Amino acid sequence: MLRDITIGQYYPADSIIHKLDPRVKFIATLLYLISLFLFHTYIGYILATVFLVVIIKLSKVPFRFIVKGMKAIVFILLITVVFNIFLTPGKVLAQWWIFKVTQEGLIQAGRMAIRLSYLIIGSSVMTLTTTPNQLTDGLERIMNPLKKIKVPVHEIAMMMSIALRFIPILMEETDKIMKAQIARGADFESGNLIKKVKSMVPLLVPLFISAFRRANDLAMAMEARCYHGGDNRTQMKPLVYKRQDFVAYAVVLCYFAASIGMCVIGW
Amino acid sequence: MSSIIRASKLGYDYYRYTDENEEPELNRAIDQVSLDVKEGQFIAVLGHNGSGKSTLAKHINALLVPTEGTMWVDSIDTAQEEELWKVRQKAGMVFQNPDNQIIGTVVEEDVGFGPENMGIPTDDIWKRVDESLAAVGMLSYRKHSPNKLSGGQKQRVAIAGVVAMHPKCIILDEPTAMLDPNGRKEVLKTIRELNEQEGVTVILITHYMEEVTLADYVYVMDSGKIVMGGTPREIFSQVDTLKSYRLDVPQVTLLAHELKQEGVDIPDGILTIDELVNALC
Ligand SMILES: Nc1ncnc2c1ncn2[C@@H]1O[C@H](COP(=O)(O)OP(=O)(O)O)[C@@H](O)[C@H]1O
Ligand SMILES: [Mg+2]
Repeated sequence: MLRDITIGQYYPADSIIHKLDPRVKFIATLLYLISLFLFHTYIGYILATVFLVVIIKLSKVPFRFIVKGMKAIVFILLITVVFNIFLTPGKVLAQWWIFKVTQEGLIQAGRMAIRLSYLIIGSSVMTLTTTPNQLTDGLERIMNPLKKIKVPVHEIAMMMSIALRFIPILMEETDKIMKAQIARGADFESGNLIKKVKSMVPLLVPLFISAFRRANDLAMAMEARCYHGGDNRTQMKPLVYKRQDFVAYAVVLCYFAASIGMCVIGW
Repeated sequence: MSSIIRASKLGYDYYRYTDENEEPELNRAIDQVSLDVKEGQFIAVLGHNGSGKSTLAKHINALLVPTEGTMWVDSIDTAQEEELWKVRQKAGMVFQNPDNQIIGTVVEEDVGFGPENMGIPTDDIWKRVDESLAAVGMLSYRKHSPNKLSGGQKQRVAIAGVVAMHPKCIILDEPTAMLDPNGRKEVLKTIRELNEQEGVTVILITHYMEEVTLADYVYVMDSGKIVMGGTPREIFSQVDTLKSYRLDVPQVTLLAHELKQEGVDIPDGILTIDELVNALC
């Protein structure tokens, strides 16, 4: 199950989306996420869907692969939907004890579900098509002005890229520890929530120990390879905008302008 | 030939914290270690777990600075803080766990990590990455994710990452300990080729005796001290001493040793099956 989380994984492929400058992808993702909260009606969501589908098609990442990553957030999605259905005041459609299902609630829940899933899909398309290194480089460049006010931009970027590299490894490890403990009779499935949480403790302890050991090893390996922060560091793949990047910016800006327009006229 | 690595009476203490508020205990991990490695040599360091091999390796790379004595890498004293990066560039290090030393998420980006840190211009980084990946035979995997590689392949990528920094010397700290027999062979072959073809000085740390037969010179460590030194043949002719350091002698050598003790007339320090066959027939 844990293997299925695709957020933060890179899917190697030779596509136009893969080749775009990470800064473009980052800003595009940001604008896309904002746009999701601008739409009011299904017309807007159609636009968002079309845009997303086209990008996924261009990226050559199999749709199945992206959907697999969604499984991990189904729980969060469900909670959001349930809360929205029952807790939004409005015209009551059905009532059972203190729970009221309202029309507004249903609409709101649908809206939130779409927003959340598109938000996750949108950002995973970015991480799936951009190597963490590129992503980090992009972020570093975007945030570069913050260096003037002493924000450790390079360090933050490096931390993020390492986190992204180790997420899949730690996931795999969790899986392994879980299986090892199931084989010895541990039970992660049955019981109420408290019991389930308690059964996670013997899982977390070895996981933390191993994570710390990895962190220690990695720090040493980085130092051994002359890593000493961002000073005097050159780049193997320096970021230079190409023609395709300007085209992509134009497309994204058009999309964003359209969503603002639709927001203004209330679509 | 000039010395590339020289250690004189090295000592290193780890602090061992037993109780809170209590004075930490000193744990001497290496003691009175002296080494002299010439350029282009293939050196092996053998030792049981906890004998101080890793501690010694970390000194060569200036990850640790000696408590006592001096370590020189290409005539630079590793205790000099301002020379730290030079030392680390000259003496590259490959660690045991392949997963915990690969920083990049794509093979070629990981190999480029060292040169990036050294401030090499972009074009040269690419050249170095190409060369090093070719040297370890991983060129066709350059766009792959390290997570999808086998252990032996990951370790070869790690070696390429060090080779790309153009070191004079590579220290490998039990690079095969977590690999299957095939991966182990792959990595050893890569190491030997680097030594023979590129002329890189190699220091191979291991507790597998079979791996040291290739070396020009072998050091044996036990409880922080260097207790033996010599060519593989010299070392392997002292089967009983090796056993006392809890090291497992290769089966052929052991067989030859037992035969000799039973009165068969064969030379000491048989290293390969072929040699034994020749000696017997
Ligand atoms: N980080 C550390 N802190 C304290 N003691 C250590 C540390 N690393 C190693 N030691 C101790 O130093 C000794 C030598 O360890 P090490 O150099 O790792 O041996 P080897 O690599 O040959 O197995 C051991 O007794 C070990 O317990
Ligand atoms: Mg060790």
